Amino acid sequence: MSNQEHQTRWQRWHIDIPLLSGIVILLLVALFTLYSADGQDLVKVEGQALKMIFALGIMLFLAQIHPNTFRYWAIPMYIGGLVCLLIVEFFGYTAKGSTRWIDLGFTKFQPSEMMKLAVPMAVAWYMAKHPMPPRNRDLLTGFIICAIPTLLIAKQPDLGTSILIAMSGVFVLFFSGMSWRIIGVLVALIAAFLPVLWHFLMYDYQKRRVLTLFDPEQDPLGAGYQTIQSMIAIGSGGFEGKGWMQGTQSQLEFLPERHTDFIFAVYAEEMGLMGVMALLALYFFVISRGLIIASQAQDNFSRFMAGSITLTFFVYVFVNIGMVSGILPVVGVPLPLISFGGTSLVTLLAGFGILMSISTHKRMLANQ
Amino acid sequence: MRKTRIAIADHAAEAILFNRRIVFSVIVVLVLFLVLLLNLYQLQVVRYEEYSTRADGNRIKLVPLSPNRGMIFDRNGVLLAENSPVHSLELIPEQVADLPATVTALSALISIDADTQERFYKDVKKQRRFKSISLKEHLTEQEVAILAVHLHQFPGVTLEARLTRNYPYGDLLTHALGYIGKINEKEYQALEAAEVSANYAASRDIGKSGIEKFYESQLHGTVGYQEVEVNSRGRVIRTLRDQPAISGDDLYLSIDLGLQLKAQEALGENRGSVVMLDPRDGSVLAFYSNPSYNPNLFVHGISGKNYNLLLNSPDRPLVNRITQGLFPPASTIKPLLGVLGLESGTVTEQTRIPDPGFYRLPNVSRRWRDHVEWGHGYVDIYTGIIKSCDTYFYHLAYKLGIDKIADFMTKAGFGRPSGIDLHEENEGNMPTRAWKRAKHKQNWGPGDTINIGIGQGYWQATPLQMALTTATLVNSGGRITPRLARNFHNQQQDQSLLVPLEQAITVVDPNNWAISREAMYRTAHQEGGTARGAFLGATYTIGGKTGTQQVINIAAGQKYNAKAINVRHRDNAMFIGYAPHDKPEVTIAVVVENAGGGGSNAAPVARQMLDYYFSPQYNAPKLPSIAEIAVIQQQRYDAMVLREQAYAEEAAREKAAKEARKAAELQRKSGNAIIPDANSLPPQTLPAGQTSPAVATSTEQTATESNPSPPTTTEEKPIDE
Repeated sequence: MSNQEHQTRWQRWHIDIPLLSGIVILLLVALFTLYSADGQDLVKVEGQALKMIFALGIMLFLAQIHPNTFRYWAIPMYIGGLVCLLIVEFFGYTAKGSTRWIDLGFTKFQPSEMMKLAVPMAVAWYMAKHPMPPRNRDLLTGFIICAIPTLLIAKQPDLGTSILIAMSGVFVLFFSGMSWRIIGVLVALIAAFLPVLWHFLMYDYQKRRVLTLFDPEQDPLGAGYQTIQSMIAIGSGGFEGKGWMQGTQSQLEFLPERHTDFIFAVYAEEMGLMGVMALLALYFFVISRGLIIASQAQDNFSRFMAGSITLTFFVYVFVNIGMVSGILPVVGVPLPLISFGGTSLVTLLAGFGILMSISTHKRMLANQ
Repeated sequence: MRKTRIAIADHAAEAILFNRRIVFSVIVVLVLFLVLLLNLYQLQVVRYEEYSTRADGNRIKLVPLSPNRGMIFDRNGVLLAENSPVHSLELIPEQVADLPATVTALSALISIDADTQERFYKDVKKQRRFKSISLKEHLTEQEVAILAVHLHQFPGVTLEARLTRNYPYGDLLTHALGYIGKINEKEYQALEAAEVSANYAASRDIGKSGIEKFYESQLHGTVGYQEVEVNSRGRVIRTLRDQPAISGDDLYLSIDLGLQLKAQEALGENRGSVVMLDPRDGSVLAFYSNPSYNPNLFVHGISGKNYNLLLNSPDRPLVNRITQGLFPPASTIKPLLGVLGLESGTVTEQTRIPDPGFYRLPNVSRRWRDHVEWGHGYVDIYTGIIKSCDTYFYHLAYKLGIDKIADFMTKAGFGRPSGIDLHEENEGNMPTRAWKRAKHKQNWGPGDTINIGIGQGYWQATPLQMALTTATLVNSGGRITPRLARNFHNQQQDQSLLVPLEQAITVVDPNNWAISREAMYRTAHQEGGTARGAFLGATYTIGGKTGTQQVINIAAGQKYNAKAINVRHRDNAMFIGYAPHDKPEVTIAVVVENAGGGGSNAAPVARQMLDYYFSPQYNAPKLPSIAEIAVIQQQRYDAMVLREQAYAEEAAREKAAKEARKAAELQRKSGNAIIPDANSLPPQTLPAGQTSPAVATSTEQTATESNPSPPTTTEEKPIDE
């Protein structure tokens, strides 16, 4: 049948149509929102579009690679990433008070981006070697694999990224069948660790962000400014929104970081709750597709990777919208696929590339 | 190794376990998305109004527009207070990185003196950081050009152009017009208390004194607003709504500029005042107090040097002598007192009283002297007024008693606010029994009443009250309310500000009032009248009365010798009058301080004023040009500075002389002392106050037995011509 042929043709090219369409629609939304958010700067939008095409290329390239190859390269990538993190630790390039980059001369490379994929890969590799559910000592090893890069990145300091990387690893452990009892103990431990984190590990600016969350009006011109302005932007959008390029908060530049971390506020102001619901539905569609791919995957490494990549993507969405709408502290997490910037886009689409690889290689495996 | 062997994967079980985890994940994702949605629903639907308002609050700003202040004209439409554009150099401290460095750099471009800089830094401390503060005002065209070229080097520094008040005639009308100046904290609080501060949102200035203050609310106008959309940096993107400001109403004064110029000319270098009223409607035709000062100094922010000069000058230019200067009205009250005598039946037209040169109460040895040592012989009311016979009025006052006099004179206009349209007014004092008990804890004595008979003792009046009560006499008991301003003028209508005449005194016989006026007419026109010399050859008829008010006491048996005493202790010359006699159009009061007799010093000033009033020139005034006035104003300012220098030198000389006397006295004393070694007891160890009362002897402390001490700050004592 033509439909069957159709499917197989896409499959041959290793493209997952539902996932790709979800991503492309989100990227188009991103371009329109960016155009409005950044003063109708077409040059900037074109630049971002080029980055998107580049990142899509990477995605399609990775989709061609068999999941086994990722498993094979998991440990070298992980170790390479750790080495890079150590280089950053000692020779890194510093900007805005944190050392996150390695200066390669022509460009700056951020090893923590690489670790976003390398960590779940390494944990998945390790956990897949053992049958599910994992034994306690395997779990411990998995945790250690997560912990080393997490601590190095937290030291840069980049708390947001380190927590997200730790989560991507922990998601693998979760999918590998970590028992609920241990999950309960871990949650309790984290709860107990929070005060320690607060008193000994967090920097003042980080503490201020958290405090601001509870009462942004306390410091309306300082730490609370971003949150207040973004809540005003979202709230004043109402149900129907002010219309594309009509948002006063964004067009008159009251909203800070409006093309990067706070782009959701621009979108919500101009598109209203209707647009927000559509956007969330789109995200949910992409996440669902990711989880379906995970559940249909045929080996444990693929399952863990697909599950972890999808849930991490969800965490990005949730944390960004939560912080922009004032229910989570302001951490530097962009809105995936929508926020301006190339690095996170490449990492995200690389992740989706792995997802597509998992999705499109499984039947071939079954066909064999 | 064993364990790894045992751990064989069960693929089906693994798939089930994994899929359970996937299902759980889907549930968590859904729940958390729901949380996000609920929160967004809360923001965008439930609290939409609140955030919508706040978004508008961010972007919409009201920019107040200042109204143009109403202009002020004289009765003929000559512009007396105008609005002219000025350029000023302003700084917004918040936007200036290094304030002192910027100020220094700017003062290298245009001269900014230390005084101005000091005031600027004071303002910086007082005002909010994001508000603009003027560093230098009244830039010349050249300065504006220089600054415009260099402005781009100074962020936060701007050139502002705005309208400010200008008084083209300088010091000529200051005491009537007053001036405007920057709104200070206290005035702002008053505006807030009156709930009109919103109207001043764009205003920098407010009426500080005079007409400018009295009619502030109407002169100021109504603030306008511009609703604009701004971006986060406060830059205006577009105008949404525009409500223009409404200019203040124009004010027409009753003052005549020609008369005003004449008054300034007639007073010359003398300290004193001229006030001329229309007894028919209360309008003020001339209102000049000398020395005056240039109000433009205050509008532009007066320098410390100039302010101290004005504040500390012994000539007291800041005092409005017409409404704030207090003088015993002296003999000028005699015509009105005569009316009271006649109306009350205490005396008649025919009553004659012997005047041996003094007055004495029955069984009291104390004598009240007449200004003519040998007396006037038998005196009736006409002679009493024409020759200003003190004895006649000592007698009359004693017979009337203080209660009747105080009641009548208060109704006539003494000891009460005149109601003139100025806030700067002293109501003077018309003494009563109750007043003396309250103030001095003493009973009223017969001697007190006798002093009142010649307008002295505790009696204190302003020159305005003298002119006003003259109008009461002219109007046979009808009291006017003087008005500097005649009417407001705006597009809609003219609003008259004049107040109708009030019949304050019940008339018994109109002839009694005519008798006093007749006496005043003869004072100016009949042989022997005290004002006759001044009005010889006048082409019009007038009624007048002179007064000479002694500033210091003359001891019994001593004679007043103007040349022998300090200039500031010489007699104050006074004159009141009205003209024409048969149908009065004006009343006038002139006070020339420390000039001597009223007939020879004050009456001639009134003559010049009236000559001008009755000349054809009055109706076709030839006024000096603005350029001429500027020259005259500069000359007057320079003259003031010179005068003040002379005063300061004189004061220094006197101080030195006093110290030399003191030192000589000390030396004499220590020389007489028994202590052998004078050096062992230096003169400084003796406290100055304890040395000797003789050291403090000076002419002004010579006391007389004849009169009680009046309650004024200056030591003014009776004895009249």
